[in-house]
Amino acid sequence: MISTELVDLSRLQFAVTALYHFLFVPLTLGMTFLLVIMEGSYLVTGQQIYKDMTRFWGKLFGINFALGVTTGLTMEFQFGTNWAYYSHYVGDIFGAPLAIEGLMAFFLESTFIGLFFFGWDRLTKGQHFMVTVLTAIGSNLSALWILIANGWMQDPVGAEFSYTTMRMELTNFWTVIFNPTAQAKFVHTVSAGYVTASVFVLGISSWYLLKGRDVEFARRSFRIAAAFGFASALSVIVLGDESGYTVSESQQTKLAAMEAMWHTEKAPASFNVIALPNEKEQKNDWELQVPYVMGVIGTRSFSKEIPGIVEIKEKNRHRIESGMLAVSAMEALRRDKNDAAAKEQFEAHKADLGFGLLLKKYTEDVTQATHEMIQQAVDSTVPRVAPMFWSFRVMVALGFMFALLLGLSLYHTIRGTFLQQRWLLRWAVLFIPMPWIAAELGWFVAEYGRQPWTIYGVLPTHLSASSLSAGSLYGSLAGFVTFYTGLLVIELYLMFKFARKGPGSLGTGRYHADAH
Amino acid sequence: MLDYETLKIIWWVLVGALLLGFAIMDGHDMGVGTLLPFAGKNDVERRIIINTVGPHWDGNQVWFITAGGAIFAAWPLVYATAFSGFYWAMLAVLWALFFRPVGFDYRSKIENPAWRKTWDWGLFIGGFIPPVIFGVAFGNLLQGVPFHFDNDLRSFYTGSFWELLNPFALLAGVVSSAMITFHGANYLMIRTEGDVFRRVRAASLVFGAVTLAAFAAAGYFVATGMKGFVITSAIDPNALPNPLDKTVAQETGAWMKNYALYPATMLVPAAAFAGGLLALGAAFFRKPLTAFVGSSVSMLGIIGTAGVSLFPFVMPSSTDPRSSLTVWDSVSSQMTLTLMLGATVIFLPLIIVYTSWAYKKMSGKVTAAFIGANDKSAY
Repeated sequence: MISTELVDLSRLQFAVTALYHFLFVPLTLGMTFLLVIMEGSYLVTGQQIYKDMTRFWGKLFGINFALGVTTGLTMEFQFGTNWAYYSHYVGDIFGAPLAIEGLMAFFLESTFIGLFFFGWDRLTKGQHFMVTVLTAIGSNLSALWILIANGWMQDPVGAEFSYTTMRMELTNFWTVIFNPTAQAKFVHTVSAGYVTASVFVLGISSWYLLKGRDVEFARRSFRIAAAFGFASALSVIVLGDESGYTVSESQQTKLAAMEAMWHTEKAPASFNVIALPNEKEQKNDWELQVPYVMGVIGTRSFSKEIPGIVEIKEKNRHRIESGMLAVSAMEALRRDKNDAAAKEQFEAHKADLGFGLLLKKYTEDVTQATHEMIQQAVDSTVPRVAPMFWSFRVMVALGFMFALLLGLSLYHTIRGTFLQQRWLLRWAVLFIPMPWIAAELGWFVAEYGRQPWTIYGVLPTHLSASSLSAGSLYGSLAGFVTFYTGLLVIELYLMFKFARKGPGSLGTGRYHADAH
Repeated sequence: MLDYETLKIIWWVLVGALLLGFAIMDGHDMGVGTLLPFAGKNDVERRIIINTVGPHWDGNQVWFITAGGAIFAAWPLVYATAFSGFYWAMLAVLWALFFRPVGFDYRSKIENPAWRKTWDWGLFIGGFIPPVIFGVAFGNLLQGVPFHFDNDLRSFYTGSFWELLNPFALLAGVVSSAMITFHGANYLMIRTEGDVFRRVRAASLVFGAVTLAAFAAAGYFVATGMKGFVITSAIDPNALPNPLDKTVAQETGAWMKNYALYPATMLVPAAAFAGGLLALGAAFFRKPLTAFVGSSVSMLGIIGTAGVSLFPFVMPSSTDPRSSLTVWDSVSSQMTLTLMLGATVIFLPLIIVYTSWAYKKMSGKVTAAFIGANDKSAY
């Protein structure tokens, strides 16, 4: 039996390293496009200040990018080191987008980023602009392939289990690529990256404006960030809604948990604005509801019902019972692939194979599972409600606040009055960390909400981990925490140092504090 | 669609090609990292050395990432078994690699000499450790690795980390480290002048000689003393992959069979020596570009020799030989292999074109004058 301690530690390590990696990704995704806009302005107008903007914001981008690369390496290693059975079981599908990401996107981004930093004197203006554009395209394509891979974990289309090879095998790659879950996730995620970068540039520019430093430089940066950011913030909200819709189609448990919907309501269901979920009694102790809204957002209809947690669990109980038959038939076929009776039983129940595998957490031989074990498995099919419910709400609230901040910034940009709105500038400075919080919460909802699966409905998390000792995991986890803490301290130190110095750090002699 | 057997062989060649791409591209900047604290005696010299790869190390590193991704996609069982089995070795590689992006990017952002020296050693670790460990890993692959599968194809590694550090594996580590350092020295000769050039030329001569001597010693040991592996049951190369569906035995000298069977493969180890000697001669006569090509050919020969000797094995098991992973039974489905082949055929030539363009644009000697003029923006 696989120890629960090992699986929990493996999950913790993955969560820590993935959330940490995503501290650096959103800024990269958005900053590359802001750099394209700034350098594009330089290309068109020929004004030196736009070149300086590209170089200065590029410098801050570079400090962030270095850690993005560092921590991205961990992700590439970790499927193999810590999730070996997962890698075997779904590598046929999941490995392909990762490899294509390398070939199509990461090479592009990484080759041209070097020229972005060092090519100013070696390339023509047009060539350098092209390099910046290709870097931006590369980083965003990279996100596309990663989210195709992640989308497949959430909604595993285009694949089928084979008992001969004992793994999932690809049947249709196009459905994997054009998986609606993946596409919605991609646009939502990159838009969130654009918002992150916009708020970052907006906030730091506001700080210069409040100090009355490098006003011309900051003013132009502020305007670009406000315009690009507002469009992105709207896109995040619209595509977040699209993401929610695909979740209601493909992952009912996640939706029910993040909305704290314990029972199926008559359509269209009402929306819990705020609630106090009570896990034990499977109800909300208190709730503030808006009628109809949930049904309309979740199903885009007035008549489709959204299933509640209690009803979903009942359905899953049947799937687990059917899955037990699939697992025992699969095991018989592993012993003798010509066993006709087993083949027939397997074909009849194979859609529930993953649900049968959930029982492996409690017993080696699933045919011997007791009622208590089945009940435990049934209860495990829905993630805990309170963390899902609250994370989702804080993320959404932040999303609307970004739209408001960036919308007001754009409004005052158009009117030419933002220099006088000191409250707006202060708000922008205070809000610099917020997009990171929203992004991390978003990933928490997406991944914690997928539990108890690594591949939704196909492969339980419990079976996915490598056969390592818990001691190895304590050791590696300690190593990661040590490295990552040290690196974060260094990164933040440099980021603050250069943000404080401002464009004067370019050493061109045109900006504040350039004298020394 | 190509038949499954052909695809399996093509992917064996492609994984080899990606590993070679990694050795030539990321290898030269790792060699640069290894030489950094020794070939650069002061801050300016060290900045010269770092800036020879400044614009390129990141793109080069993607060879490594893509090779890893391609092994995941084409040989999922190898990826799963090797990465989890070699857990601490893999983490050591990973943690060593951590020092590179931050070392390159952060080192010269602050003028404090202690800060800069610390990152110089970080870049050394990031350049030195990974090739050593990869060499040690290959040394263990040739001897067989203690792992087995259960009936669900879950892999169990039963050895310890310290077992990996046996004498033959350490010798393979020397081959790997020396060849990467040799290659890095040849690259640095192209891009530097003066004192630094003089030192890296000496390094090239030393590490080139060490590479060839250690490679010859390892070859002698494999041919005479080592137990290789052979498949003893009938194999259907077109069958669906199932590693437990065969029997395997260990025999002394088994790793030499392919050379007897296909004498043309003798050209592969010959290339290791020919390329190495060419590079040594070129370094001696101060022809850095030829030296770089020579060490590239030599690495083709060395990596190729490991591949040809093992074929069709990829990761033999010393404790449960039938669990051994081979090119026939550790691969993805025919559809995935076809698809990935398509992606590689389209993108690999493009990558080579734009990487060459990037090198061409940034070519020429990196000088002290350049560092002085770009004090704020250079690494």
